[in-house]
Amino acid sequence: MLFFSLLVVVIFAFAFDPLAEESRQIVGGLIWVAFLFAAVVALNQTWARELRNQVLDAYRVSPAPANALFLAKALGNFIFVSVLEALMAPLFVVFYNLHVLGPAWQLIPIAILGTWALVVNGTFFAAMSLRTRSREIMLPLLLFPISIPAVLGMVAGTTAVLTGDNPAHFWIVLLLTYDVVFTTACLALFETVLHAE
Amino acid sequence: MKRVFPILSIITAVLLAYALYEALVVAPTDALQGDVYRIIYYHVPSAWTAFLLFFINFGASIAYLIWRKQKADILALVSAEVGVVFCTVVLVTGPLWARPVWGIWWAPGDIRLTSTLVLWLIYVSYLVLRRFSSGSQTQMLAAALAVFGALDVPLVYFSIWFFRTQHPQPVIGGGGSMDPRMLHVLLISWLAWLCFGFLVCWSRYRLEVLHREVEEAHAMQSLAGGTPAKASLPLNRSSR
Repeated sequence: MLFFSLLVVVIFAFAFDPLAEESRQIVGGLIWVAFLFAAVVALNQTWARELRNQVLDAYRVSPAPANALFLAKALGNFIFVSVLEALMAPLFVVFYNLHVLGPAWQLIPIAILGTWALVVNGTFFAAMSLRTRSREIMLPLLLFPISIPAVLGMVAGTTAVLTGDNPAHFWIVLLLTYDVVFTTACLALFETVLHAE
Repeated sequence: MKRVFPILSIITAVLLAYALYEALVVAPTDALQGDVYRIIYYHVPSAWTAFLLFFINFGASIAYLIWRKQKADILALVSAEVGVVFCTVVLVTGPLWARPVWGIWWAPGDIRLTSTLVLWLIYVSYLVLRRFSSGSQTQMLAAALAVFGALDVPLVYFSIWFFRTQHPQPVIGGGGSMDPRMLHVLLISWLAWLCFGFLVCWSRYRLEVLHREVEEAHAMQSLAGGTPAKASLPLNRSSR
């Protein structure tokens, strides 16, 4: 997984060879596309191990609340993807010679909210695509269209901070709204999806 | 019921022909754009019909989640399928018009263009999900995805709202002004396409009902032909 992310970063470094000024404009997009790919690879594994020995069926009959299971999976994925991002981000700084012009601390809320946005829906859709044929390919097909506003928020927010041209507050609020709306939706519908027969 | 369908088909055909005549001959030529603008009589009615169908899909999905009625699920499936077709028409006719008028095929930062594209993507993924999952769980998963899609739409809209928008203002309920004769033709066109959409939805609905009845009959038959004592168990298993 880590190696896969490394490959994505290196391939981007080969594909684009910008000047320092240009790189500030495009790295916001590149970095989140790389995170998105890495996150999908991680999220696909979320429920894979529960399929063996019918562990998922055991979860279904257990009296534990379904949402506890979902939140645990989502938090686990969140930590995992965050570690991945923390390892990948310095590589981008090195390859693209990044120098942040805006308030750099704002990258932290953008990263946290953006990662949660990917992970909460990703965990939910992974549970969904588990029930389909060709499940590995289903997850991105479901996750990417729904994630478009979040991806736009992450990319535009990151670019705003990197270039320092305009404030990133709107995008942080957008990501926060997205997170609240979809976390609520996931918690409301997860039990239905888990028990769907 | 059986007689209504052919009558409605004839009415729709007449309406479509009349709308075509009105759009190409009766409607006045636009002062600035010339005849190119006439594509609006297909573009805008398709957009309204598509949005209406997606809204029906959302309502039907909610209804299915609450009451678990087969009919609601079939309605959701049908409206999504026909809605995607209309939405495709919108996305194809839009660039065809934009190229001569704006000089570009597509304006990436535009609010309506991008929201429509995202809407199309969401509903295509909805149809893909329905196609690739099997058994009774399909309906539940699809209904959940439809709710997610509907929640996504306002967020998409607001996120792109930040960019400058290039699309002409909405004809109705917006700031734009339009010749009343043009508006008249537009509404006739919409009525014709709405009838057409309804007709397609109806036949698709009947087809899906038949399809499910046949599947059920097959399942019952294989149950009766198999080992009756254990029969009820494998049916549940096979749908997983």
